[in-house]
Amino acid sequence: MMDADEKRSETYPLRRRDVAQALLHGRRGLLVVAGLGSCAWDITAAGDDPLNFPLWGAMGGAPAIGLGLALARPENRVLVITGDGEMLMGLGSLATIAIQAAKNLAVVVFDNERYGETGMQPTHTAYGADLPGVAKASGFPVTGQIDDQGGLDAALPVILEAPGPVFFNIKVRAEDLDFVLPPKEGVILKDRFRQALLGET
Amino acid sequence: MSEWAEGVFEALVSAGVRQVAYVPDMGHKRLIEICNEDARVKAVLLTTEEEGVALLAGAWLGGERGVLLMQSSGIGNCINMFSLARECEFPLLMLVTMRGQWHEFNPWQKHLGQNAKKLLTTAGFDIEVASEPGAVVAAVAEAAEGVFKNNGRTAVLLHQKLAPKKTFGK
Repeated sequence: MMDADEKRSETYPLRRRDVAQALLHGRRGLLVVAGLGSCAWDITAAGDDPLNFPLWGAMGGAPAIGLGLALARPENRVLVITGDGEMLMGLGSLATIAIQAAKNLAVVVFDNERYGETGMQPTHTAYGADLPGVAKASGFPVTGQIDDQGGLDAALPVILEAPGPVFFNIKVRAEDLDFVLPPKEGVILKDRFRQALLGET
Repeated sequence: MSEWAEGVFEALVSAGVRQVAYVPDMGHKRLIEICNEDARVKAVLLTTEEEGVALLAGAWLGGERGVLLMQSSGIGNCINMFSLARECEFPLLMLVTMRGQWHEFNPWQKHLGQNAKKLLTTAGFDIEVASEPGAVVAAVAEAAEGVFKNNGRTAVLLHQKLAPKKTFGK
């Protein structure tokens, strides 16, 4: 069996809450789906918004939710923010997204190389699994990895505006952070999203 | 076979369905072909059925209706993802072609087939059954109306005799 590099991600320079803030600051109609756990807390820490759909379960489903939303709303930019563990559970959805070629969809992984909600155990990326490599091989036209602030600054306009589907893997520090919880009632999350976007529940 | 496919497609379009998610299946073969040929719907090829449950949740968030096509074995792949539809009360319409009941050649398909109703009921679905070609379109239209009017979750089970018989060359 391979060895995980369990300490490596503790010194990554990018902090996930800062990255969420950078992505969502002045968001102008951006539709956001967040994978369960830390990413749901991250987007909420950046400012709860009715056009956030943070998951509390459905692990592996965030990118496919983003695809359905992107196909339904081609005039809106859709951003999926999810963790490495959640992405690993739904790798097939990258191939599904690539076929649909949704230009308005970006999938961003906050990759701390840990399962954060279950005790910070190493994920497959700690053993070297290459998520942007999977996305590229699945047919995403725009893929990349971000390791530092310079990389993030350069990638932001691509994530938010470039014709996609876009996939970026952002290496973020493994750290314990305060919970910042969105509403957990699914019907409330769904209804407020549709009310804000469509004017009806 | 599958002479009901055209009627089902028109019933789905009439019900406002715009996204058709599917894992390829012999029983749905003709319907899937129509969905890929007709620009009134977006046909979405999945790698596993649970992606379709998530996809259609996203579609609904964006104001579009959808349907998920699968065979009964796919139910097992969806169980956890069904909690998304149930917790958030997303409408979810599924057309499920049955395996393991009519001239089934492959015993590995029997387990999900035999337990399809039980699993779907446990997951909170209403169930419609269509066993004759003439009953399929009405069952789908009825299910679609209920699903989208009431944010419901309904599976229409299509009996295996509605699909071509697969004999593995035997």
